[in-house]
Amino acid sequence: MTTLIDAPPTDADGLLPPAKKSSDGGLGQYILVRFLLIFPTIFILVTMVFFLMRITGDPITAAMGGRLPADQLQERIQAAGYDRPILVQYFEYLGQLATGNFGRTLTDNRAVSEMLTTYGSATLELSINALLVALVAGIPLGMVAAHRRDKAPDAVLRVFAILCYATPVFFAGMLLKLTFSVWLGWLPVAGRARTSSELALTSLEAPTGIYWLDALRSGNMAALGDVMAHAVLPAVALGLLTAGIFLRLVRTNVIGTLGRDYIEAGRSRGVSEYRLVTKHAYKPALIPIITVMGLQIAVMLGGAVLTEKTFEWKGLGFQLANYLTARDFVAVQGIVVLLAIIVAMTNFIVDIIAALIDPRVRY
Amino acid sequence: MSIPAVPVPMESPRAPWYRRLPVVSHFNKSVGLQRGMLVAGLVLTGLFVLTALFAPLLAPYGFSQLSDADGNFPTQQAPGGKHLLGTTVGGYDVLSRVIWGAQTAILVIVVAVSMSIVIGVVLGLVSGYLGGWLDRILVVIADAVYAFPSLLVAIVMAIVISGGQSSLIGGIFAAGTAITLVFIPQYFRVIRAETVRLKAEPFVESAKVVGASNIRIMTRHIYRNATRTLPLIFTLNASEAILTLAGLGFLGFGIEPSSAAEWGFDLNKALADTTSGIWWTGLFPGLAIVLTVVGLTLVGESINDLNDPRLRGRKSTGGSSPAPADNAAIATEVRAS
Repeated sequence: MTTLIDAPPTDADGLLPPAKKSSDGGLGQYILVRFLLIFPTIFILVTMVFFLMRITGDPITAAMGGRLPADQLQERIQAAGYDRPILVQYFEYLGQLATGNFGRTLTDNRAVSEMLTTYGSATLELSINALLVALVAGIPLGMVAAHRRDKAPDAVLRVFAILCYATPVFFAGMLLKLTFSVWLGWLPVAGRARTSSELALTSLEAPTGIYWLDALRSGNMAALGDVMAHAVLPAVALGLLTAGIFLRLVRTNVIGTLGRDYIEAGRSRGVSEYRLVTKHAYKPALIPIITVMGLQIAVMLGGAVLTEKTFEWKGLGFQLANYLTARDFVAVQGIVVLLAIIVAMTNFIVDIIAALIDPRVRY
Repeated sequence: MSIPAVPVPMESPRAPWYRRLPVVSHFNKSVGLQRGMLVAGLVLTGLFVLTALFAPLLAPYGFSQLSDADGNFPTQQAPGGKHLLGTTVGGYDVLSRVIWGAQTAILVIVVAVSMSIVIGVVLGLVSGYLGGWLDRILVVIADAVYAFPSLLVAIVMAIVISGGQSSLIGGIFAAGTAITLVFIPQYFRVIRAETVRLKAEPFVESAKVVGASNIRIMTRHIYRNATRTLPLIFTLNASEAILTLAGLGFLGFGIEPSSAAEWGFDLNKALADTTSGIWWTGLFPGLAIVLTVVGLTLVGESINDLNDPRLRGRKSTGGSSPAPADNAAIATEVRAS
């Protein structure tokens, strides 16, 4: 899992029986073990979410209670099978999940899995854009802060990083919207694209659903500009949240590597200060950043829910917020489980990347 | 075996007790920029606590007050005059709701953090000390919850506890419990790792030899040593609790406006105002969140830096090794969404 960046993981590791360390921890074996670990994680989350959501009662009463007469309510509960023992329902639910059936929403009777294909790409696009903003802003600024350590730029950047963390994405989004859309009128207020470009892009053959990619493929420059204009503010709002964390990580780790002997050796050979920071010290500092990116994906998904709601960006998070307001807990449960799977998978991928770069990660 | 590792107190034992209190001792250790950050954080946090305590005296109106002797409040009135920070679309006084919001926030922090500390510390001690299958199961569960977006965990818990809406006390406990589930894994992991390490220390062994029971070893010998990092996690979690509460409120899972003032909920209502250029309904509750979180984070960060000798006293230009504690602090912070 993500133990690498945790406080004192080495202590626990040191107590493991030596047999585990001496076994040849090949990369293949590590990937296999790490892959198998995905399943208990997903299983635990699914089980927890299922039982937690059922403690309070059946979803139909939650969604329709008060709006339907009691006998009709009872009928719907019976038809959906919510009056059966909870364990029977649980195993049925597990079976459905195994076949990719996440259930149907109560309020508008759509398949949750279909929602993934419709809205997942929007969330993916937002996350990619935000990640780009975070990397482009966070890494160079972190190097500057490390290089000018304890000087004015460092102090300013540290405060900036704390502000990034302390500002809720929806508040940042609201301020950006007020400034750039309402007062200056430079950028659109909300949404992913104008209706005309949205129509043009969705009518393409085999659309990816990532609008700028579709616009590029079809060579539709007007739509591309439109999509870009819509993408700026949400990406900045969500990206800044992460940029602050990247900035601090890069700063701490570059400072760490800048104190090593080989940097001193490089300096004595006449390597320029700029090159020392950007090449020599930066690369070893990347490893913890990649590990933290695994956790960042969870943060991004949480932040995406709030960002999408702020900018009416029609992705999974926007849908989740809507279903929450409508008290459609089948849909909420479906989306949450879906996100759990996505998080588990991305964490797996990030861990593999970390292991490929740094052999010490493999155990 | 070498000399038994007796836990060394952070300060000289002769210093009077009040100088050994967590924040006071940190203040005395700090210099320059670091002291500035600590002081700024303490001032902001102090303002927040005072506002929360004296909300009934400071706020010009009640949080759900819609009219006074002169009649109903105007709606969406710009700041100035009788309503210093303006009024909302529903006719609430923005200033009053911002001030009362501090009280809600602090109550939620207290409920959430104290519950998660108690549960997390107990589970961590038991799991780390006893080991075995219980330990393995708890670790896997904690990892699963830890890896998941905390806002979603909080949403699920909020549904479970209150179905989404509730009164003041109910709402505070719902939000607090929802946040608790997010935090338990953090305390659990830290305490468990420390316990596993301390368990092998000679002083635990000697306690066993003289016949101390497991419970006594856990509560007296290990507990005291394992909980040193808690003030740091506490401040970081307090800020995260505010952000999670605001996130829940923003999604409409907050406390009803008639039963308490909650910043995130006010921002949710203010979202529709922005398009028509009404800025005061969103700006002020948002600023309240930012300032409070900045204050708590500055305190937490300063404590973290001062606890670590490698990060403290940066007057010399000599390089330091990468500080694991700092990475840990960032990792804790990374969880906030």
